[in-house]
Amino acid sequence: MSQSLVNIQNMHFNRGSRTIYSDISLDVQKGKITAVMGPSGIGKTTLLKLIGGQLTPASGVVNFDGENVHSISRNSLYKLRRKMSMLFQSGALFTNMSVFDNVAFPLREHTQLSEALIKTTVLLKLEAVGLRGAADLMPSELSGGMARRAALARAIALDPELIMYDEPFAGQDPISMGVLVKLIRQLNHTLGLTSIVVTHDVSEVLDIADYVYILAEKTIIGSGTPDEIKNSSSELVQQFLQGKADGPVPFHFPAASVKDQFMGGQ
Amino acid sequence: MTSRKTELLVGLFVALAIAATLLLALKVANQGMSGSSDTYTVYAKFDNIGGLKERSSVKVGGVVVGRVARIYLDERELIPVVQLEISTDYIDTFPETSSVSILTAGLLGEQYVGLQPGFIFPGEDPIYLEQDSFIVDTKSALVLEDLIGQFLFSRDSE
Amino acid sequence: MQALVNLGAKTLARLRSFGSATLMLWGALVAVPRLKNIPLTIQQIYVVGVQSLLIILVSGLFIGMVMALQGYTILVNYGAEGSLGPMVALSLLRELGPVVTALLFAGRAGSALTAEIGLMKATEQLSSLEMMAVDPLRRVIAPRFWAGVISMPMLALIFSAVGILGGHLVGVDWLGVDSGSYWSIMQATVDWDKDVINGVIKSIVFAVVVVWIALYKGYSCVPTSEGISKATTETVVVSSLLILGLDFVLTALMFGVN
Repeated sequence: MSQSLVNIQNMHFNRGSRTIYSDISLDVQKGKITAVMGPSGIGKTTLLKLIGGQLTPASGVVNFDGENVHSISRNSLYKLRRKMSMLFQSGALFTNMSVFDNVAFPLREHTQLSEALIKTTVLLKLEAVGLRGAADLMPSELSGGMARRAALARAIALDPELIMYDEPFAGQDPISMGVLVKLIRQLNHTLGLTSIVVTHDVSEVLDIADYVYILAEKTIIGSGTPDEIKNSSSELVQQFLQGKADGPVPFHFPAASVKDQFMGGQ
Repeated sequence: MTSRKTELLVGLFVALAIAATLLLALKVANQGMSGSSDTYTVYAKFDNIGGLKERSSVKVGGVVVGRVARIYLDERELIPVVQLEISTDYIDTFPETSSVSILTAGLLGEQYVGLQPGFIFPGEDPIYLEQDSFIVDTKSALVLEDLIGQFLFSRDSE
Repeated sequence: MQALVNLGAKTLARLRSFGSATLMLWGALVAVPRLKNIPLTIQQIYVVGVQSLLIILVSGLFIGMVMALQGYTILVNYGAEGSLGPMVALSLLRELGPVVTALLFAGRAGSALTAEIGLMKATEQLSSLEMMAVDPLRRVIAPRFWAGVISMPMLALIFSAVGILGGHLVGVDWLGVDSGSYWSIMQATVDWDKDVINGVIKSIVFAVVVVWIALYKGYSCVPTSEGISKATTETVVVSSLLILGLDFVLTALMFGVN
């Protein structure tokens, strides 16, 4: 039953001379919600781009549905991408099209459906996120939470197997956050999707996730079901979960010692 | 996705560009004789071509019938040879005895080749200029310095 | 020594960005042309062409009028005001039409293209296209490129035609040059292949340069507000300089010999 859809093995990734990931392995089970948590600036979005094949790791393997994302041809990669979709942090709606056209976009690009059928599909998808009434609005007229829901409708337009959520809760008010949590869970269960949620909002994620990975300091510092994570003995994990200012992840950005800078020589 | 209004305006834009091209083609540029129609080539040797340039026009009584295609120096005789391209509309029109001279349009205008059709003697089979004919009877360009020289010389001798 | 090192580093950086700009264009254009892209291209012709039309019409008219005014005051000294027509027409067709159109186009449409692509990048729209298995090079870059290359020569022709009419307005209707000689001497002097077609060729070259730079600057910009504003400025500066430099080279090639 538990089959893995995305599988990452011993992946290294550098940006310039900076190491972003060293030796990461993780596994996303089909039909489950997998959460990837970690402090900001750790490059969680990068991880999603690596899975989507937009970035290439220095070494290691990323498998999606049994295929190595980075060794297949460009055409097969584009075919593969039709099975996955990504919800960007900003929503990334096309600003020059209405909400309707945004959701219709992937359908018009990848299918030969008639306009009537597209219309029905789009309205159904919008209904699923509760925005059927907003079909004719332009993205600039939407609030942040609505934009993200519209983007979600676009992401599920082609019925993908995998949805990657990039910081879906960042900067949302409690109500939109609740709506998004509900949507993610609902979509996952009703459509049988697999979800990867990248976030640093601890409590929401522990609510909905089936399995959690915690990333810090370039590697995975903890993983397990939400319960296992809550009871983890790792100091690092506990610091992250409880939001302590200082701990294994230091409060101070690396700097010269106070004594040297304030008192001593130049 | 493209709205009708956009398409309409792009259509107007294209129409405007075509109108501009037509204006340039018909009213501004002399498209008539610029190699678009077929031509035949004749040659003429001059002593001096003055300021004649390639692409200068060839006129008969003011009507443009062709262009100067090339100007080069005959390697043996060391005199300029002018290659003229005459429109095939005028084939079998100019007798072989026609003459050409280099003339100036106005006092400061550009120089052109004037073609003076020769006579056809009645009763004879006319021979016309054709491809690669040489026009024998040529008059060179007037060079102002030469003219002044001649004028002074003739006054001295009086 | 340090100067040499800097020069080397600069040269390498230039070459590198030229290389990636070429790759971008290659990726956008070598693709099998898709019928779906034609409406997109028409949409972009509207944005870059039709919306630049007003500035082109107004500038063309005024430049033609000013040239007639200036030309007349000089030519009338030699009693050669009949040559006003060819003067206006030749300067417009050979130089001012293509060059001024390209400069205006770089300022009006080029900067807008850079800013648009840059913003699409900053708001993750390009990434999002890629994740939707739609190649942004083909979907976003290619239609804009073709629209620019199609629009610019058309704008240049319109510019020249309007300028010649503007010259007629000032020269003939206002200063009293004979209308017949304005047109007829112009016709005797202007050559279709040499003047009109060469002007169009120039303007196609400028179009490729301006649109290419604009798209590349947008596509490669640092996706922040500062990065986009810098890229937009660079588009206008670099393409204006390249237009003027290339204009000299093209003029020398087309009209210089003989």
